[in-house]
Amino acid sequence: MIIDFGFGATLIAFLVSIYGVIAAIVGSRNRALKWIESARLAMLLTFPLLTVAALSLIYLLVGGHFEVEFVSSVTSRSMPLYLRITALWGAQAGSLVFWCWLLAGFASAVTLRNWERDSEFLPWVIVVALTTLSFFLMLVIFFENPFSRLWALPNGEVIVAMFQPRQGALFTPADGQGLNPLLRHPGMIIHPPMLYLGFVGFVIPYAFAIAALVTGRTDDRWIRLTRGWTLVAWLFLSLGLLLGGRWAYDVLGWGGYWGWDPVEIAAFMPWLTGTAFLHSVMIQEKRGMLKHWNMVLIILTYCLVIFGTFLTRSGVLSSVHAFAQSAIGPMFFAFIGITFIASVTLLMRRWDELKSHMQMTSMLSREALFLLNNLLFLGILVVCFWGVIFPLISEIFTGQKVTVGPPFYERATAPLFGGLLFLMGIAPLAAWRHSTVKTIGRAIWKPTLLSLVVGIIWPLLAGVRQPVALLGFWLAAFVAAVTLYEFWRGAQARSHRAGEGMLTALWRLAGRNRRRYGGYIIHLGVVLMSLGIMGIEVFQTETQGTIPQGDSLTLGEYTVTYDTLAVFNTNDGRNVARAVMSVYRRGEYLGEIYPRRDFFFESQQPMTIPGLRSTWEDDLYVILVDWQPVSIQSATFKVYHNPLVNWLWTGGLVFILGTLVAAWPEKERARAIERAKQPAYVRP
Amino acid sequence: MPDEVIPSSLPDAQPASRFSWGRVLVWAFLGGLLLLLFFGLLRAQGTNVRIGKPAPDFTLTTYDGQVIQLSALRGKVVLINFWASWCKPCEDEAEELEAAWRYFQPRGDVLFLGIAWTDTEEKSLAYLQRFGITYPNGADMGTRISQLYRITGVPETYLVDRQGNLVYIKISPFLSTQEIIDVITPYLEQ
Amino acid sequence: MCAHEADLEGTVNRTSSLFVWMLFFALLLLPISAMAQEATPYVPSDDEVNAIAKDMYCPVCENTPLDVCPTQACEEWRQLIREQLAQGWSEEQIKQFFVERYGARVLSAPPPRGINWLVYVMPPLAFIAGVLILVRAMRAWKAGTGAGTPSAVEELPAEEAHDEYLRRVEEELKKL
Repeated sequence: MIIDFGFGATLIAFLVSIYGVIAAIVGSRNRALKWIESARLAMLLTFPLLTVAALSLIYLLVGGHFEVEFVSSVTSRSMPLYLRITALWGAQAGSLVFWCWLLAGFASAVTLRNWERDSEFLPWVIVVALTTLSFFLMLVIFFENPFSRLWALPNGEVIVAMFQPRQGALFTPADGQGLNPLLRHPGMIIHPPMLYLGFVGFVIPYAFAIAALVTGRTDDRWIRLTRGWTLVAWLFLSLGLLLGGRWAYDVLGWGGYWGWDPVEIAAFMPWLTGTAFLHSVMIQEKRGMLKHWNMVLIILTYCLVIFGTFLTRSGVLSSVHAFAQSAIGPMFFAFIGITFIASVTLLMRRWDELKSHMQMTSMLSREALFLLNNLLFLGILVVCFWGVIFPLISEIFTGQKVTVGPPFYERATAPLFGGLLFLMGIAPLAAWRHSTVKTIGRAIWKPTLLSLVVGIIWPLLAGVRQPVALLGFWLAAFVAAVTLYEFWRGAQARSHRAGEGMLTALWRLAGRNRRRYGGYIIHLGVVLMSLGIMGIEVFQTETQGTIPQGDSLTLGEYTVTYDTLAVFNTNDGRNVARAVMSVYRRGEYLGEIYPRRDFFFESQQPMTIPGLRSTWEDDLYVILVDWQPVSIQSATFKVYHNPLVNWLWTGGLVFILGTLVAAWPEKERARAIERAKQPAYVRP
Repeated sequence: MPDEVIPSSLPDAQPASRFSWGRVLVWAFLGGLLLLLFFGLLRAQGTNVRIGKPAPDFTLTTYDGQVIQLSALRGKVVLINFWASWCKPCEDEAEELEAAWRYFQPRGDVLFLGIAWTDTEEKSLAYLQRFGITYPNGADMGTRISQLYRITGVPETYLVDRQGNLVYIKISPFLSTQEIIDVITPYLEQ
Repeated sequence: MCAHEADLEGTVNRTSSLFVWMLFFALLLLPISAMAQEATPYVPSDDEVNAIAKDMYCPVCENTPLDVCPTQACEEWRQLIREQLAQGWSEEQIKQFFVERYGARVLSAPPPRGINWLVYVMPPLAFIAGVLILVRAMRAWKAGTGAGTPSAVEELPAEEAHDEYLRRVEEELKKL
């Protein structure tokens, strides 16, 4: 019953969204408000319909209706309630429904806003949102139906179908296969929704961009309208990436947080174009330039979002080959191709209207530096995209698969990331329109001096000798110094003028200009994160050894002693091997850690959970690699020493905080801001 | 008529401004890249490994040094089995495969080929000995054959008829000797 | 940007010539190590095995480096590496063996041969193209495409443009 109900709701949502697309186009062509209003209502209707569909699916998951193929593939009797609910996004079919639900929610929220001033955008925003929605709903209904049931045929075969096949009888397995154990980690439970919120959020600015192109209202209105949405989307995407990294660090058991695998890169690529977009729209707002470029960036971001949705849907997908081999791979390829070509064609038609009337006056102006920043982001994107698709291309010519792994990406992107850090230090000091070496030099020498002391001399004294690390530390110190200097400069000017205390001045200053200071906080977050990244990339050390009980492994200043190991079964279907180890540093006892290996019976899958001792200075990360099943006399451990890695997570928090500051809606002063936001060149 | 009433929608498109070789080059490059990608995806879809299509040809060097080429086996029904010594489900069907082989071997027009995937030679040989396997087996050098057949894991079994066409694919282990015999028998009558 | 390209290609060249040299030395050392082995059986440590396995991938678990992959297939591969190390093989010889046996996909980055050169050449080329496009665009902008419209810069008093930042702070204060 509930199965048909949920499927019915999905089907109706699909039909309604197709209707909405048609109604919006008709309404816009005929300027018929009735049709447009009808399309708007259709848009609003999809949200409750998909809520019903998602709730039905959750009901089935929680109730353990194993006759539903999706339910039996991601849940089992032993799973607790919260895992059964979050199993909704534990595999492809459910996560597509979840994606649709989020999109309907976002798009409905957009249609509920006040459209008085921008009524010509409305139908086209609906067209884009509903086209996207109907594409995904089509996949749900025809290819990846989470409501499909299991049917036993007379010949003993069990097939998957939505409706009863001839002579088929409903087949209910005694228990489901359970959720992939890797996906049971808290990080992995919130990671997909965050990522999806980010993905879905970027559909909104894209929809407005297309609306601007179609209607010919190609000033920066669409950017202003969607600024909040873009920031929110970016916030969630960043959060999703961070959580994904934390999950990998905690669960995958290879000592790192980022393995450059295609799934991670697929989520990272829209972030890259999105970040470039966030920077370059500022140029359009301030200077009325780069209108084409911003369109290109948002179109790219949208296409990469669709690509990312597919590749990351379930969190565990090995490569592009798996992407290409699945049944819905060609669908995605076609959809991305068509939307890309259609968007670019639209852009071409408006090309001349988008010509800007402004000049670039100085290679050192802030807009020029922002362009360089865009170039670097796009450079990283090219490396990522090329690395992901190259195995496919290579295979055409050689018939052989190749792996494009971390060494390639690290080598190719490291200089680009370095360049970005450097720009992050320079750009805040450059003025819009015009800067010279002299003006920048005047502002830069103090922070540079400070950064040389903090970023080079201090590490040198601490014994760091690697040139790469010294360069990295200097860059990080440089950005931090410049950013803090900017805060100080602004606060001092303000406290001087208004007679406020420095702290009050700083607080009010940031409150007045959230986007600017939010951005600076984000930059500080990036600096902290870069410390953590360098910690692992440059300073990580490791050792592995098989040791009898009571013996120890030594890595640098650390010694870990293997005390005991216990192997036991838990009542939620795991066999756990858990070692107890004592940690010493320079002979001083620091505490115990518990590396363990869980084996899940249902899925026959092991999961490695490291024993972790985390401080601001470094992490000691120990993995239980192997042990003698019978005697437990000796066991194999792998010990990693990960310096500074905690700064990555701290930096991530600062980063998110900064994004929140920048994205926080400014209510009471909205009108004043609206006036102030007008580009300088139209201001009287 | 609707066209008359839209004031703002889509005014006449202007042809893209100046012609430049640089632009043509960039677009040609992007187009070429997309085309390549498209072919790559098509390939990855495994359109050449389908039932009814000719089975991809390969050469297998067996552990005892024979060189067997699939295309030279026209007129015989060939069963190709991918396995590995570390693979538990493969063990489940090993004895059944050998029994089926002994059943068909006297006829002379059926050949079983075992291909060890991602396996070390020492372990493979031990596995063959353990299950007393007598049909030709060899290592998948450079994982070329498995890539040709786009296998997704082991065990996987492919059946090639007398004309060299792929007629049957199984992605999981066989459950009984009879099942294997039932699969092969219809193709012997052709 | 150029440094980026040079870095990439330089490394590629370096590795390939390094490879030839290492192979040469390995061959020289082969008889010596074989003699050494007879004296005391040499058992390579886990760390020595992992140092090589770190840059390898087995087809069974794509995207997980060989040194940390927990599957049995990978365990056997590591064992094989250990045996080969014990016989005195060099890292390059071992990798060569694995490439022949299991394909180029075992390496963490494609060997720079044939079509695989493209993987290393393309990103720097694309980046240079990007730089060229940017430089051209900057020139065009500087030359002034919008000749008919008044330039914003000219309207601004020079000193304001110089310290726009402080000017804005002051502007905001006036609004208080």
